[in-house]
Amino acid sequence: MTFLGLMIPLLPLLGFLVNGLLGKYLPKGSAGWIGSLSVLASFVCVLLIFKDLQAEQAISIDVFNWIALGDFSISFGLWIDALTMIMLMVVTGVGFLIHLYSIGYMHGDEGFTRFFTYLNLFIFFMLLLVMGSNYLMMFIGWEGVGLCSYLLIGFWYKNEPFNDAAQKAFVMNRIGDLGFLLGMFFILFHFGTLDIQTVEQLAPGLASNGGLIMIITLLLFIGATGKSAQLPLYTWLPDAMAGPTPVSALIHAATMVTAGIYMIVRSNVLFALAPDTLTIILWVGVITSLFAAIIGLKQNDIKKVLAYSTVSQLGLMFVALGLGAFSSGIFHLVTHAFFKALLFLGAGSVIHALHGEQDIRKMGGLKKLIPITYITFILASLAISGFPLLSGFFSKDEILAHAFEQNKIVWIVVAVSSFLTAIYMFRLVFLTFFNNFRGSDETRSHIHESPWTMTFPLVVLCILAVLGGLIGLPAIFHVSHWLNTYLASVTEPSAALIHHGDGISHGLEIGLMCFAGLAAIVAIYLMYRKYVMQKAIPESEESQQGFIKAIANKFYVDEFFENAIVNPVFKLSEWFGTFFDKKIIDQIVNRTATTITSGGQALRLSQGGNTGTYVLAMVIGIVVLFIIRLLI
Amino acid sequence: MEHTTQLVPLNWYLLLSTFLFCLGVMGVLIRRNAIIILMCIELMLNSVNMLLVAFSSYSGNSDGQVFVFFIMVVAAAEVAVGLALLVSIYRNLGSTDIDLLNKLKW
Amino acid sequence: MMTILLLFLPLLAALVVLLGGSKHASSIALGLAVAELAVTAYAINVFQTEGPEAFYVFHTWIDSPKVSFHLGLDGLSLVMVILTNLLVPLIILSGFNRTIPNAKGYFSLILLMQFALVGVFMAMDGLLYYIFWEVALIPIYFIALRWGGHNRVAITLKFFIYTLAGSLLMLFGFIMLYWYNPEQSFDIRELYTMVISQENQSWLFWMFFLAFAIKIPIVPFHTWQADTYRESPTQGTMLLSGIMLKMGIYSLIRWLLPVLPLGVAKWGQLAMILCVIGIVYASIIALKQKNLKNLLAYSSVAHVGLIAAGIFALNIQGLQGSVVQMFAHGVNVVGLFFCADIIFNRTNTNEISELGGIRNLAPLFSTMFTIVVLGSIALPLTNGFIGEFLLLYGVYEYNVWLSVFAGLTIILGAAYMLRMFKKVMLGQPSSYVPEFPDLYWNEKIVLGVFVLIIFGMGIYPQPIFNLVEPVLQDILSHSIL
Repeated sequence: MTFLGLMIPLLPLLGFLVNGLLGKYLPKGSAGWIGSLSVLASFVCVLLIFKDLQAEQAISIDVFNWIALGDFSISFGLWIDALTMIMLMVVTGVGFLIHLYSIGYMHGDEGFTRFFTYLNLFIFFMLLLVMGSNYLMMFIGWEGVGLCSYLLIGFWYKNEPFNDAAQKAFVMNRIGDLGFLLGMFFILFHFGTLDIQTVEQLAPGLASNGGLIMIITLLLFIGATGKSAQLPLYTWLPDAMAGPTPVSALIHAATMVTAGIYMIVRSNVLFALAPDTLTIILWVGVITSLFAAIIGLKQNDIKKVLAYSTVSQLGLMFVALGLGAFSSGIFHLVTHAFFKALLFLGAGSVIHALHGEQDIRKMGGLKKLIPITYITFILASLAISGFPLLSGFFSKDEILAHAFEQNKIVWIVVAVSSFLTAIYMFRLVFLTFFNNFRGSDETRSHIHESPWTMTFPLVVLCILAVLGGLIGLPAIFHVSHWLNTYLASVTEPSAALIHHGDGISHGLEIGLMCFAGLAAIVAIYLMYRKYVMQKAIPESEESQQGFIKAIANKFYVDEFFENAIVNPVFKLSEWFGTFFDKKIIDQIVNRTATTITSGGQALRLSQGGNTGTYVLAMVIGIVVLFIIRLLI
Repeated sequence: MEHTTQLVPLNWYLLLSTFLFCLGVMGVLIRRNAIIILMCIELMLNSVNMLLVAFSSYSGNSDGQVFVFFIMVVAAAEVAVGLALLVSIYRNLGSTDIDLLNKLKW
Repeated sequence: MMTILLLFLPLLAALVVLLGGSKHASSIALGLAVAELAVTAYAINVFQTEGPEAFYVFHTWIDSPKVSFHLGLDGLSLVMVILTNLLVPLIILSGFNRTIPNAKGYFSLILLMQFALVGVFMAMDGLLYYIFWEVALIPIYFIALRWGGHNRVAITLKFFIYTLAGSLLMLFGFIMLYWYNPEQSFDIRELYTMVISQENQSWLFWMFFLAFAIKIPIVPFHTWQADTYRESPTQGTMLLSGIMLKMGIYSLIRWLLPVLPLGVAKWGQLAMILCVIGIVYASIIALKQKNLKNLLAYSSVAHVGLIAAGIFALNIQGLQGSVVQMFAHGVNVVGLFFCADIIFNRTNTNEISELGGIRNLAPLFSTMFTIVVLGSIALPLTNGFIGEFLLLYGVYEYNVWLSVFAGLTIILGAAYMLRMFKKVMLGQPSSYVPEFPDLYWNEKIVLGVFVLIIFGMGIYPQPIFNLVEPVLQDILSHSIL
């Protein structure tokens, strides 16, 4: 099993190396299959391990000793347990489908080989992230996926705004990474190790030092806000939509952005020991979830809507973590990976069909033209909106139930943002697929359904998005909650530390579920009335006013950062560079030199060339020496 | 020998040679004519010579007198070189005023 | 014998190149530099089996004052010698396919430089070390003066005088040490064990620190650097940034910490703060630089600031980090300057605003450049990360808030490097870049080797740790009272 475990990250790495080094010698188009099959092989390895590995078991693989000096050593080690398995299945499974999809989507792009090279590299780093046995290994993956995200957002590098978006993503992630890094320093200093399992075991012993655990967890959480796009570090994610759509699906919806959630669940004992941090996480999640959902209401770019939806859903996952419901967070992570990947791929299929058009105001009536995309997309939208019995319904409901139990205000806000989710999703669906096509006739004549490599992943993901809820059926169905049971070995140590209530009664839970389902249906109906029956089309930017305008402009958060941080730093840079460095520091150096030079200029005048003066000076000097000699 | 030395106390030699030396210094400082300056330098040298001889005689050690001979030889050589330089200067400038020789400046 | 060969082979090589014709100067120089590299490889082998004793050389040189020709090669010296002897052949190779007037003089000076640098890293006698330190200044002065850019005369003069002023302070410091030393000698073993009062150590600390701070350079003694890097010929810049400034950092570890522990205890904190301020200051300046080489120069100030900060943290992580990072930075910065040279060679400009769109025209170059940039912004699994992680951790152990401040470098570093990369390489080709031939064979080799080192060290840094661990523990035991 060690061998299989090693193969999981190595196979995508191999795919990366083959495509990267030999890509230009291989027949055209083979890169896509090499990339996809390497991930598929990796997925098979995961399944083989899954078959044999009991939920409470874990595999530990020490590849080699990476850094050993002084009194600490950090190994290049991998760790596979139940939580890792869940993540591995999502990453390789969804990853493979998206690879396959990309073969069709990227067909004919001049950077075809390069695309799959990056994509495989991403999978490799993502696998390192979830398999790392210590925080530093996780950090390799953490920064590595950031790099791939950078490379893929800026994939079409001739386009300046895309490059800006890529750079923004990387730098903002780095802000979070600094938090992560400092968190690691605290752990290393106080625990003497970075090994996650050891830290989790030692943590209760250090719990009396409450401030310490809180600082560590807060720093790690800063890392998570960067990677998982939470307030205030979320603005890179909507911009990241500059990348090709499969990238948005894989990196910016299904896998990379969930790294923060994974990391917190991975160190759940630490977080459970810091209730204050959990409260902060809870509120950051709540606010982000609502804030992003509101912004999502008025976006007109199909991918931007989905991006804000992702931010909002990630916020929801953080709410779950903040409530101490770690496995619920993972549950939503999994279902979200299915339906959000599907939504992005569906959006990609739409964009592909429309030759790059992303503005939903210029779409419409696509349901007959691209039926497979339509059906899968609408099912995914129902899932994310929490339509009864689809996957999102169960995972979201679990979080809502926890919220209701612990904090009614949180429940209200989250319920509102769920309601908004249904609103903006169906605004998107109806504007895209219903009524008549609003683009040019010429575009319309070219619309066609995507090739099978693209539709096959859609269908598979659609099945998952519909049925994914089965892994976490609530107790009212009188079956055991499979995911909770499976993850028990990971979340149990922390469960003892967090005071959970007795749980809500079945009757109340059924009531809540009915309420949530009803709310989703009402939202869908409202949107149907507005955009299908009344055929409303979102107004143009100029006619927006007041609050609506603020929403459409994303509450001016980007502008705020630009003016409050970026520009002052650039100003400072210019001032330092052109004034302080050149005019002050360097002038001190230069003035020292010129003072000496001018001192020499002044002193040389005393050398008059007149022998008499010299002799007089000499005599005076001698006399003075004599006098001094006499006096002392 | 001892007798004569006792007749004239050492202090007198000291005073005389100091007087001569100062005279020489003043001459060098005040006079502009290079020949006279040269002579004044000789005067300073000779005042030192006299002091050496006096000390030598008082201490009963002949080292000082040997030095004096040495200095006299050097002084003679110096005068020869110095006068040669002076002649050369006079040929060039038509004067031996040292104030004209101020090219070695800055 | 081995030690003598290691030291004098470059000197011999410099003579051979000088006497040979200009036509084959570069090839001869490369051959001899590779021979030196082979000797180094053999030395590593000997070191592994026999330990540092095999390299001990001691001859009395001058009786009074007592100066000895004392060379040694312990783990720390070995790492520095490897860095030097690895970089010099690559630096020479980078000069192929370029027209260099009077090539024999040029390459001869590079080899002379190598001689002096190896000497600095192996000298175990204060005065001998000082002599090599100053000898190193001579070839680089002529390289910059004779083969530099338009404004070279004034800038080279400033560089020379500035560093020389620092060196003189150091000489004065050595003379003081000599007088304080009851044994009256410059030998490093005696300097490590002698006892000096804190007051005197404070004075000595500043003499040595200023000399090193100017060379490294630590803000605010850095103003010679950007201009000199810009105006020097590429190989000169590589020598300066890749190896010569490591002299200063190496000397901090070798000559400052263990010799003046009380001075460091008293003033180390101030030095540390200077270093940390320098990191952020230089990073911020780098954000808005208009010239590629200037930007790299300021980024280098930021990086070496962190290295020096790790040293003053006075713990094993900081010291190990500084050694690893010296090696890594040597490779990365030389790689970056080489990339700047490749761009200049094709486009005749290094102004960032005039460049753009190169990636489209030269994919191989672009990939290599990307990797070197990634190493420089300390991405995990590249060489820069190991060093930066340990350095920041060392600073963290010293003071948490300083590490937070110093840690800003990972954000700012990413910001200015990626901004530069974006403007230079991405986007649409600018009018200055009508065509851009991809890498020539020599450029492929040089950058290829760098890429291998960047990943090799990032994935498996342990050999370097093992080499320097005993030396650093020893130095640390002398530095902390």
